[in-house]
Amino acid sequence: MKYTEEHEWLMPEGDLVVVGITEHATTQLGDLVFVELPEAGSTVSKDDEIVVIESVKAASDILAPLDGEIVEVNDAIVADPTLVNADPMGDGWFFKMKLDNPSDMDDLLDEDDYKALID
Amino acid sequence: MSDLKTTSLNALHLELGARMVPFAGYEMPVQYPMGVLGEHLHCRASAGLFDVSHMGQVRLAAKSGDLSGVALALETLVPVDVLGLAEGRQRYGFFTNKDGGILDDLMIANRGDHLLLVVNAGCKDADLSHMQNGLSGVSDPEMINGRSLLALQGPKSETALARLVPDVAGMRFMDVRTLDWQGVDLWISRSGYTGEDGFEVSVPDTDAETLARELLAMAEVAPIGLGARDSLRLEAGLCLYGHDIDETTSPIEAGLGWAIQKVRRTGGARAGGYPGDAQIMGEIDEGTARKRVGLLPEGRAPMRQGTPLFADATSPAAIGSITSGGFGPSVERPISMGYVDRAHAETGTKLFAELRGKRLPVTVAALPFTKANFKH
Repeated sequence: MKYTEEHEWLMPEGDLVVVGITEHATTQLGDLVFVELPEAGSTVSKDDEIVVIESVKAASDILAPLDGEIVEVNDAIVADPTLVNADPMGDGWFFKMKLDNPSDMDDLLDEDDYKALID
Repeated sequence: MSDLKTTSLNALHLELGARMVPFAGYEMPVQYPMGVLGEHLHCRASAGLFDVSHMGQVRLAAKSGDLSGVALALETLVPVDVLGLAEGRQRYGFFTNKDGGILDDLMIANRGDHLLLVVNAGCKDADLSHMQNGLSGVSDPEMINGRSLLALQGPKSETALARLVPDVAGMRFMDVRTLDWQGVDLWISRSGYTGEDGFEVSVPDTDAETLARELLAMAEVAPIGLGARDSLRLEAGLCLYGHDIDETTSPIEAGLGWAIQKVRRTGGARAGGYPGDAQIMGEIDEGTARKRVGLLPEGRAPMRQGTPLFADATSPAAIGSITSGGFGPSVERPISMGYVDRAHAETGTKLFAELRGKRLPVTVAALPFTKANFKH
């Protein structure tokens, strides 16, 4: 499991990575009421604003963590955004992507780095 | 947050696990562990306790001892019938500027030997000097330090508060009373800003935490933060100063003409006589170029302050913009308020909002989004 400074987590799954936001992020955001996901099949570059999430109070953008292609998106969180709050590291995942360079993962934060960031 | 002021309940908020944010110069709880959605729904179903001690409580006593002189002097600053406000009653009003804009909105209570005003935190210093200028010779406005303000809102507020102060059960909407609780004078009004029945309770700082703890110990009562306070007032169609109303919006555009009683209107015994009176009375008689309306976004995306509104999917010129918006937990959909040109203000009018570069359909709707639940 890897993390970004933007509070995303990335979990390898076969030749894909699953991406979501951390529990710390959901706690900070509060209850989510709206999620807009990218189209499956779209090509994204690191730091593109590809997801819009809104909590009761504010809107935030989620950035593409790395370069790659969006392979699958989690429509369940569009239908019920509270899934993200209930299970951010599980059922509340956002999308699966195929990285252009799987080795880019090495540059991201590991769990200890991320914990240090949010403490 | 070291530069921020704190209320007398600060330690309690932290103990309750609140997330604190800066608001109008104060460190205030935006939400507790229950979360904004849960707090909002709890308040509509039961009773919610809000710390609103950041708001200004201003006492206007008469130098001469004659409160009607103060009422008349205050009428030079607000377009409200203050003289006709009976002892033990409260009403809503606003300070206007010379262009007919709104400097602040406030509550005015007649407490017998003085008027008690509750004004917005962000405006309270300006309001005080505005009144010091406007009332000079008649009253020395006093910002009350040393008293906290708690709001208990929701259908079970009476049940909860009456356990401590039985006489609140006899109060009607907008009544104000001083009632005793264990030897402490509580200044209580049956009012609030959620669209629900409820009370606002002014309590000495030294007793505020004890009172809050006693209320929070009751099964009906949960603490509610600023996040849910905002979604509750938005669903109730109530204006937030600095967003839905400000110095550039007139009370008539804002749909607040109901707060200007007949006696202060054209033909009334004390018509006009406040800043911007010609502008405002003209608007009452002839209408305004734009109006505040409710807006229902068709999709699920919340539309927030600053979102421009258009008459159709391609027209270049905006016909209005959103001043407040978000998700309404009780109505389970996004809701907004904003100003639109008179020609597009009719309920049911289809408009488009431009959100993240896309024009999305939105419909003009009647306010409030949730029915008020006051005890008349």
